[in-house]
Amino acid sequence: MALSGLFLVVFLGQHFTINLASVVSKDSFNELSHFMGNNPLVQFILQPILIFGVVFHFIMGFILELQNRAARANKYGSYKGSANASWMSRNMILSGAVILSFLGLHFYDFWVPEMNYKYFEVLPEDPTRYYEELVHKFVSPVRVGLYVVSFFFLALHLLHGFGSSFQSMGINNKYTPAIKTFTKIYAIAIPAGFVFIALFHHFNAL
Amino acid sequence: MNLTLKVWRQANTTTRGSFETYPIADVSPDMSFLEMMDVLNEELIQKGIDPIAFDHDCREGICGMCSMFINGEAHGPDRLVTTCQLHMRKFKDGDTITIEPFRAKAFPVVKDLAVDRSAFDRVQHAGGFISVNTSGNTQDANAITIEKHDADRAFDAATCIGCGACVATCKNASAMLFVSAKVSQYALLPQGKVEATDRVLNMVKQMDEEGFGNCTNTGACEVECPKGISLENIARMNREYLTASIKG
Repeated sequence: MALSGLFLVVFLGQHFTINLASVVSKDSFNELSHFMGNNPLVQFILQPILIFGVVFHFIMGFILELQNRAARANKYGSYKGSANASWMSRNMILSGAVILSFLGLHFYDFWVPEMNYKYFEVLPEDPTRYYEELVHKFVSPVRVGLYVVSFFFLALHLLHGFGSSFQSMGINNKYTPAIKTFTKIYAIAIPAGFVFIALFHHFNAL
Repeated sequence: MNLTLKVWRQANTTTRGSFETYPIADVSPDMSFLEMMDVLNEELIQKGIDPIAFDHDCREGICGMCSMFINGEAHGPDRLVTTCQLHMRKFKDGDTITIEPFRAKAFPVVKDLAVDRSAFDRVQHAGGFISVNTSGNTQDANAITIEKHDADRAFDAATCIGCGACVATCKNASAMLFVSAKVSQYALLPQGKVEATDRVLNMVKQMDEEGFGNCTNTGACEVECPKGISLENIARMNREYLTASIKG
């Protein structure tokens, strides 16, 4: 869980960097997207690893949740979880489920059309199409709203999960306070950045 | 103080339990929680009601026997204390106090508030020891130099009294804090290094077999632990486990 989580955290940073390019320069975004969509190393090595990482993380998360629920078959009549642990740490399965639902929408929006474009309809490659495809998705206020809610839950998930993964890997030492600070910055800045990009394109398209 | 107690009553392991409500009057704020329970039991006995079963022994926070879940927290609302060290001054006149047994699949209820924590004994038996010849030729431990920092950490880990508050309070009923304390108290000392690989593998295996949940690093165990056992021990055990797994 910890390793796959950290891997996804790194991927998230890379994804954000490319998306941010769409705010700065249309051409740069198209160039980066074209590279990511056509480079054999990315397509046939990194993309399968990423998909495996995502699937593994979610399956393991649900298995752990089921095992943990079974470890306390009889629930407490009174349980004050907020007295000793953060909401984020106690509700990783909830925030994870929201992120999984979002991924469904995200794949429907981007990955499925991309696979269709390249491998089923086999349309001629157009290195300038990516920016328009991105902007088109952010026209709908409902879709943008769903993105905002999902990234809020992603921030909650990261606020616990990022730092927690270091503890799971046995790292709890003099660097832990710095890791916790970096976790807070990353967990808020990256989802907030994604929200900014979605809102930027939404209002630009009005 | 006049209080209302909602207490979990359960005849034995196999029957279903339920909450019973008992009013109790004239409770002194200076009483310990267990003394208050003693007074309640006296009243129940006088009324011909079966007294409430609960674990207790030393009543000075050393033995780890007392085990109640009070108002939603293991050992009650105070920090770094066991139930026997919890005083009634932590509550207010007119309060309703909910008292339950520690709940975990690995800690079945024996009766009322008393639970079977022998799962901890079996985890300890799986590797929480060092093998030494005690025939009289044992090397004097004081002759083995140990870095002060390591000695302090080992001692801190060894203060775990095995009460089970970590399991009780963890939303996953995980025993990682207990097991990691027992692993750490040996892993940090030269005497413990000889059997370190087998120790951590066997203790974790036993922990899993007992049906405890997985650690998700909520940190609740550290907060509720009456001895302040640190999460650093869990990280240390994770390192030990990883190293031992690679070594095989």
